[in-house]
Amino acid sequence: MIRLELTRRPQHSALFSLVSPLLALALTLLAGVILFTWLGKPPAAALYSYFIEPLTEMWSLHELAIKAAPLIIIAVGLCVCYLSNNWNIGAEGQFLMGAIAGSALPVLAPQFANGATLPLMILCGMIGGAAWAAIPALLKTRFNANEILTSLMLVYVAQLFLDWLVRGPWRNPQGFSFPGTITFNEFALLPELMPASGRANLGFVFALVVAVLVWFLLTRTLKGFEVRVLGQSPRAGRFAGFSPAKMTVFAFLVSGALAGLAGISEVAGAVQHLNEKLSIGYGFTAIIVAFLGRLNPLGAVVAGLLLALTYLGGEAAQISLGISDKIARAFQGALLFFVLACDTLIIYKIRLSFGGRRATGSV
Amino acid sequence: MRKLLLAMTAALATTAMTGLAHAQMEKVKACFIYVGPIGDFGWSYQHHQGLLAVEQALGDKVETAYLESVPEGADSERALERFARSGCNIIFTTSFGYMDATNKVAGKFPDVKFEHATGYKREHPNVSTYNARFYEGRYIQGVIAATMSKAGTAGYIASFPIPEVVMGINSFVLGAQSVNPDFKVKVVWANTWFDPGKEADAAKALIDQGVDIITQHTDSTAPMQVATERGIKAFGQASDMIKFGPETQLTSIIDNWAPYYIKRVQAVLDGNWEQVDVWAGMKEGEVVMAEYTNMPDDLKAKAAEIEAKIKSGEFHPFTGPITKQDGTEWLKAGEVSDDGTLLGMNFYVKGVDDQLPQ
Repeated sequence: MIRLELTRRPQHSALFSLVSPLLALALTLLAGVILFTWLGKPPAAALYSYFIEPLTEMWSLHELAIKAAPLIIIAVGLCVCYLSNNWNIGAEGQFLMGAIAGSALPVLAPQFANGATLPLMILCGMIGGAAWAAIPALLKTRFNANEILTSLMLVYVAQLFLDWLVRGPWRNPQGFSFPGTITFNEFALLPELMPASGRANLGFVFALVVAVLVWFLLTRTLKGFEVRVLGQSPRAGRFAGFSPAKMTVFAFLVSGALAGLAGISEVAGAVQHLNEKLSIGYGFTAIIVAFLGRLNPLGAVVAGLLLALTYLGGEAAQISLGISDKIARAFQGALLFFVLACDTLIIYKIRLSFGGRRATGSV
Repeated sequence: MRKLLLAMTAALATTAMTGLAHAQMEKVKACFIYVGPIGDFGWSYQHHQGLLAVEQALGDKVETAYLESVPEGADSERALERFARSGCNIIFTTSFGYMDATNKVAGKFPDVKFEHATGYKREHPNVSTYNARFYEGRYIQGVIAATMSKAGTAGYIASFPIPEVVMGINSFVLGAQSVNPDFKVKVVWANTWFDPGKEADAAKALIDQGVDIITQHTDSTAPMQVATERGIKAFGQASDMIKFGPETQLTSIIDNWAPYYIKRVQAVLDGNWEQVDVWAGMKEGEVVMAEYTNMPDDLKAKAAEIEAKIKSGEFHPFTGPITKQDGTEWLKAGEVSDDGTLLGMNFYVKGVDDQLPQ
């Protein structure tokens, strides 16, 4: 029997770590040329509208920042989780609970409109997200429940809770029974950065700030060392006096709070009222962003912007060349595939094995 | 690449110039944004048929573009802005959830005309709203259901408890009760507009509860296919679904947006586009019944007769006496509901076997 085996390389080539993203980009472009030629579309124009057109205009850069901000904020939190070997798959739910908790103030007390409104909303949003993330953390540390399952299933609870709120108690009384809350008052909205040229808001600044803060935490502090040690070898961590249980709670609280921050920033920023269509899977896409950024918070910034670009580019290609939405998504998939495949080949090498036992050290 | 940039600049310049006067135009760019895939054979598919009809009717005087599967959150505003900047003269936003984004972008681009389907906000003079009186078709479906059903109960797969859907259920029930006053309708809320899996499950659940007619206010063909498997009759939705149930479909309410779309794009060409709030129905050809099939000839004739009466304005489905589900009187004998009540409808009429989710 012939089998493909991935074997961990003893050391990574520094050169290829740098070249890998470029190689992935080149392969994506090549795949794009083949795909678009096969569809009878001019490949150069298609790739132009995909990767360059969204970057040529100021308003579009604003839109890029809006699209990337929630992805980056969530992914940064997930880096802490995944590096410490805690598999939080439920950032989507924490995003929504953050949005709900933060929206409570402007929806239930619209008359409370002053300078304290927004900071309080953001605080509530972070607490909401962290509280929702605390549930799988406690279930894991107390009952040893699998956090992948519990965090994922809590996403559906959060979605249904949001749906119930905006159709029921929080529904806009002037909204003809359509779901959705009242539009927030101006004190409850995130300020726009440069209103003259586009609608990008403070959310993008939050993204950059949390990325730098968490990067500092992970690389320059004892806590960051603890995250890494416990992630790579819980046993070694215990010898060093670190508690895996405390780490689980810490990682979930951090990533939950950040997902909550992303949620309230999205509501108070681009959407301006709470509705049931708030998220289109930011919490799940952010998982891709975190890995695309190689679990480095600064890498997540780049990855978030890149993924946001593919959404904008997909639209541009639809409008200017009539390329179907499905093709645009397939192309986005190809990009992710090549990036992750190239990265995998830095860490592992492929071996063909003919029968026999699995080589030691393979995965 | 430079060509593309040039083309875009030229397009922008054209948009800027058209704003100067209500002049006639040589060529118009009409753009459409859809919430679902154009292949859903339902809501978005029918809007796209409207786009194709515009192309057919206006030939080389029109250029079209569309975006499909655009989520109704923060993304829709970006998509609309991109449309407006790419030189669209008129933009059709074909889902309720685009309402706020449509009005926001319309404020930024006063020279571009916006047409929002099923909404109620017109915050700028360049925003119109349009909708169709689908309840007219639902009434006829109710009449057919009550005549064809042996069980005396029909199943209704509903999407979301918004006025549009509640109005449809009520109209269906009223039509059915005009034939059989004891007729019952069971409702399942699928909480989706398009999810073939969920819709099929809802259809199976209803059939297991003993209904022998299925109707739907969701967009996929799955309920029709389940009904075919189980050997009962069903109604199509939004488009003619006869090929998914040649022995099953009784009729279907077809959303025919083509007449409205052609008229509005033509108005931009002629330079006489004005803000409107349109709620057209069978009379204007926006609500069309698919061929009446799989039923006796006398029923076909009866359905056609009611259709003709609705078209001529002789009959309105919401004509009293009508009692609400809670037993209170809504309309006195001969009284006709005003449009405002219909558009904000949040109650059932008598005979609906369901609690309206509040």
